[in-house]
Amino acid sequence: MRTWYFSEMAYHPAWEAGLAGGSLRVVLPNGNVDPQVAHGLLNRYLDEFALCDAEGLDIMVNEHHATATCMTVSVPMALAVIARETRRARLLSLGNPIANRPDPVRVAEEMAWLDVLSGGRIELGLVKGAAYEIAPANSNPARIMRRYWEAHDLILKALSTHDGPFSWEGEYFQYRNVNIWPRPIQQPHPPIWMTGMSAATGRAAAEKGHVVGTLLSGGIAKPMFDAYRARARELGWEAGPDRMAYAAVIGVGTTRAEGYRRADLIAGYVRTAPVVAEPFTNPPGYNTIPANVAMLRAGKKKGRIVADRNGNLIDATQATVEDLMATDTVFAGTPDDVFAQLKDFNTRMGGIGHLLFFGQGGHLDHKDTVENIQLFAREVAPRLRELDPPQRAAAE
Amino acid sequence: MTRRLTVAGVDLEIEERGEGRPLLLLHPGEGLEPQRPWLHLLARRYRVIAPWHPGWGTSALPDWMGSVDDLAYLYLDLAAALKLERAILVGACFGGWVAAEMAVRSTARFASLALLAPLGVKFGGMLDRDITDMHAISRDRFLELAWADPALGDVDTTLLPDDTLTAIARGREAFALFGWKPYMHNPRLRHWLHRIDIPTLLLWGAQDRIVTPDYGAEWRGAIPGAALQTIPSAGHFPLWERPEPIIEYLSAFADRT
Repeated sequence: MRTWYFSEMAYHPAWEAGLAGGSLRVVLPNGNVDPQVAHGLLNRYLDEFALCDAEGLDIMVNEHHATATCMTVSVPMALAVIARETRRARLLSLGNPIANRPDPVRVAEEMAWLDVLSGGRIELGLVKGAAYEIAPANSNPARIMRRYWEAHDLILKALSTHDGPFSWEGEYFQYRNVNIWPRPIQQPHPPIWMTGMSAATGRAAAEKGHVVGTLLSGGIAKPMFDAYRARARELGWEAGPDRMAYAAVIGVGTTRAEGYRRADLIAGYVRTAPVVAEPFTNPPGYNTIPANVAMLRAGKKKGRIVADRNGNLIDATQATVEDLMATDTVFAGTPDDVFAQLKDFNTRMGGIGHLLFFGQGGHLDHKDTVENIQLFAREVAPRLRELDPPQRAAAE
Repeated sequence: MTRRLTVAGVDLEIEERGEGRPLLLLHPGEGLEPQRPWLHLLARRYRVIAPWHPGWGTSALPDWMGSVDDLAYLYLDLAAALKLERAILVGACFGGWVAAEMAVRSTARFASLALLAPLGVKFGGMLDRDITDMHAISRDRFLELAWADPALGDVDTTLLPDDTLTAIARGREAFALFGWKPYMHNPRLRHWLHRIDIPTLLLWGAQDRIVTPDYGAEWRGAIPGAALQTIPSAGHFPLWERPEPIIEYLSAFADRT
C-alpha cells in the first residue's frame, strides 16, 4: 500500500462563521477571509506538502471552490508549485473536476505540462466533482455524466495523439484543431484515476482499467471495490490492490492519546465539510433518478449520515473520533495502533493499493502536522508498503 | 383521459379532457400536477390537451433533445398532428416560455395566447435578477416565494407512491436540463416577441415572487397589443392557487378570439 499525503489547505478561521450561517460552502461570503492570514496558511501548507517528499511519501492535491474548507482552487496551480519543490514524490491530481470545466483541452495541456515539468511524476484524476461544486461552476447538473465522459475521452485523446491536430465535434465540446504542446512524458498518458461512491462507478472504472478512489466510509468503499473487481473479472482480468484507493483521516502520536488528539483536530474537517446550504447539496440531475426517489421517500435529513460497521447511523457533523473510527473515516493512535487498524481495514476491503492520508485538516497546527507526517512516514508507511495483498478469500 | 402519442419520434404522455374548442396547455416546471383542481375546471369549457413535457411524467426525453427550441418545434408538430384549428395556446411558468417560443415561430393553428407568469425572457441588466434562482433557495423558501399561501403548495413526498416520485425526480432533472444556463431564459427571445401576431393575455399572481408583476409589465410592453391582468391572493401558480377567477379571465379573453 502506497501512501499519498493530502491536505485541503483549509481556511479554518472562518469555520465558526460558516457553521453559524449554516453553510461552509457556496454562500459563505469571502469577507470572512483575511487574505493576509490566508497568505500565511497557503505557504505553510505548501511547506508541509514539500516535507512529504523528503519523508518518502507521495502527494495528492484536490480542489474545491467558494469554501472555507479548502483554499486549493486549482489543482494545476498547486501542483506546479509542489512539482518544483519535490524530486521523488508522485503527484496525484484528484482531481480535475472535468464535468465542471468548460475547456477539457486546457485540462489536457495543463496536465501534460505538469508531467513534463515534474519529469513524469503526474497521476491524473478525472473526477465528477461534488454536488456543491455545481453552483460555483454554474455547470448544468442534468446529464453531468454524459458531459464527464465526453471530456474524459477528449482529454485522453489529446494526451495520447502525436500526429495531430485532430478535430472533435461532440455533444458538449467542439474543437477543430487539438494539438497540445508539450505532450506528456508518460506514454500514452499518465495513470488515470476516478473517484466515486457507488457500485456503478466501480464498474465504470473497471471498464476503463482506471484506479478508483473513495473516501471516509468503509461501508461505501467495499461495495464499490467489489463491483470493480467483479466487473474486471467479467472482462477477463484480475483487478489488484493497485486499482483501489481510499482516503481517511489519520492521526498518529507517540502515545495513543496524542494520536487521538491529532485525529480529532483533523476530523474537524469531517464535521464541517458536509455543512452546506440545502439547495446546493443535490442539484437536479447530479444524482440518479432512483437515488432521488429514495431521498424524496425519506424526506428531509440533517447532516451527513454514515453507517458504522454494525449498521448504526452516525451524524458526521457531531461525531467523536471513536464514532468516526467505527465508520473507517478515522484511523488513530500510536504507529502500531494505526498500522494494525489499516491492516485490518485492508483485509476487510479486499486489498487497497493506495492510502490517501488526510494528515492535516484545519486546526491541526504546523508542529503537529509535521510530527504527524514524520511519524506516519517513518513508522507506518514502510510497513504498509510491505503489506501483502489479502488472500482472494478475503475479497469475496 | 391519459393517452400516448408519438410526435417527432418522441413518445408523449398527454392528459386530454373535455370537449369544444381546443386548448393546448403547457405546464409549469413543477409538472402537470393533474391531481390539482385545474384540468377538470378548464375541461368544462374546452377540449384541454395537456402534454407532459419530455422528461416530465412518463414522457420520453430523447438524448438529442435539450433546449426549449426543441420543445417549441415538438409542440408545433403536436398541434399539426392533432389538426388543431383556432386553438387557444396556454402556457404557465416554464410552459409559458415554451408557448412564447412557439408563438414567435408560428401562430398558424392558434387564435389566442395566454401566458401565466411565463419564464423565458431577460429584460434587466447583467446584475439584475429577473427570475428568482429557484435552485439556490430551500424548498421551504421556494414555497414562500411561489405561493400566496405556501401551505397549498407543500407536498409531503414521503407519502407518495414510487411512480409519482419518479415523475417528480425526472421533472426536476428535465427542468434543470432545459433551464439551467442561461438561467430560465433565452437571451434572444426578447428580440423576437414582436412576431407574436395573435391576441395575447398575460395573467399574473399579485404575490408572485418568482417572477414579479413588474416583470409581467415588461412582457406586456414587448408583445404587440398584449394585456396584463393581475390576480390578488395568487402567487406563481395562479391556475393552481385560484383556478376559478383565472379561468373566468381566460375565457372572457379567449372567447372573443
